[in-house]
Amino acid sequence: MKTQGINWPIWTGFLLSLIALLSYPFVFVNWPVTRDFPWANLLLFGIAAVLLFVGVRRAFSPDRRRISKIAASVLATFGVLVLGFFIFSFFIASRWLPAAHGAPKVGQKAPDFTLADTNNKQVSLTSLFSEPINGRAAKGVLLIFYRGYW
Amino acid sequence: MRSIQQSLDRFHEVGIRPVAISVDPPEASRDLCQKAGYTFTFLSDPKAEAIRRYDLVHAGQGINGQDIARPAEFLLDSSGTVRWVNLTENYWVRARPEQILEAAKAIQ
Repeated sequence: MKTQGINWPIWTGFLLSLIALLSYPFVFVNWPVTRDFPWANLLLFGIAAVLLFVGVRRAFSPDRRRISKIAASVLATFGVLVLGFFIFSFFIASRWLPAAHGAPKVGQKAPDFTLADTNNKQVSLTSLFSEPINGRAAKGVLLIFYRGYW
Repeated sequence: MRSIQQSLDRFHEVGIRPVAISVDPPEASRDLCQKAGYTFTFLSDPKAEAIRRYDLVHAGQGINGQDIARPAEFLLDSSGTVRWVNLTENYWVRARPEQILEAAKAIQ
């Protein structure tokens, strides 16, 4: 007799692998402790892998239909691909950064610039120092260069 | 950015002004600040002029193939001298506020 029931582990495992991927940029990136090393995402991928493994085994038991075996194989493959994509994005592609050998070093003078702020007002590096902070003279400026959202 | 905003009072207490710089136009940064609740200065460098002067150009990485900045943080003292630098090797990994505040102790 062929069982008709849904193979829950395989579907849950597949969904969880997608959540494991998307929860990094949308959730875990917000806290340094889950951002600097994506252990929370890798943990989710680990659980997803176990579910996918259980699901594949279940699909290949003799009482399951052929379509169940095909579906399980496809979902498990996609789950592995999602994990591969995550590892590639976090550990490999994100490291392809220019070395910036010519960036100002400790002890060097920072190059001056004048750029527009969010009100289209021109702001120079000098003015960032001359404007007081909470009524007291600024002691330093922290320049944070970021990729932007274009 | 979020962690900088969360530590903004502590930065201001020690006299440090955080300033974010990217190729985003002022309108885009204004939207970002409104949505995310960022209250510190955001500067716009659409032609990557300052970014180039700091040798931080990541060529052709923008959505339309334009040059953008690779992530980097510089702490400058009031004479404009660099006192601390962070050039991350992975753009997901950024300097933590505690590291920067620790470095800021040296310029009090």
